[in-house]
Amino acid sequence: MAKSNEPIWWSLFAAGGVVAALFTPALILITGLLLPFLDQGYTIPGLDGVKHGRIHAIVGSAWGRTFLFVVIALSLFHWAHRFRYTLVDLGLKGASRLLAVLCYGSAIVGTVVAAWVLWF
Amino acid sequence: MRKPFVREMPATWWLTRRAYFYFMLRELTSVFIAAYCVVLLVFLWKVRHHGQEGVSDFIDTLTSPGWFAFHFLALVAAMYHAVTWFNLTPKVLVLRIGEERVPGWLIAGANYVLWIIVSLLMIWLVLG
Repeated sequence: MAKSNEPIWWSLFAAGGVVAALFTPALILITGLLLPFLDQGYTIPGLDGVKHGRIHAIVGSAWGRTFLFVVIALSLFHWAHRFRYTLVDLGLKGASRLLAVLCYGSAIVGTVVAAWVLWF
Repeated sequence: MRKPFVREMPATWWLTRRAYFYFMLRELTSVFIAAYCVVLLVFLWKVRHHGQEGVSDFIDTLTSPGWFAFHFLALVAAMYHAVTWFNLTPKVLVLRIGEERVPGWLIAGANYVLWIIVSLLMIWLVLG
């Protein structure tokens, strides 16, 4: 039987599924909805407003960077695997290999960009 | 050997049954999650290199109706992914305590509890 690197992609997909499920809803809520609303002057009970110092401290800390890196990178690999097979299921079976290169390649580029944004 | 027979499958097969349609929706949630990751990376880049003013400007941009709609849809997609993922874990993960199999609802329930705690903790850390 031909050697396959499928288990690597599948493991990244599964790990990405877990972190995307646990962490992305709260992240989207915070950066995409709550921060813009607070910025507009809306008051949300229990929340004090945009705290720039807090955001800087989190993004500057080793644990904050590691957390964000893991969530972003694994979520991208999760997308790559699902999207590849969605396109295959939609009839692009013949292009399966090319799709794999494009999807996993994008996730790898995204991972490198994430490391660069967070540490350099 | 003869060429194997492959039945033609129209690209719209997922519209023929409700279950297929929900399957396709679930698969497409990952597109929203990945797109959000790109937006998050831009945000992080602003935080790291543009100072408070740059971050404020970026958050200002996100208050437009288009960005609000995007983040609202992304949140719905991410939550749909989370719910389908947590509901699948008991089918993938079989836990036993002694002879007894841990019931599926308990494994899924533990995921939901963890999800809520983690989300509240994150909101509190950034905004509380």
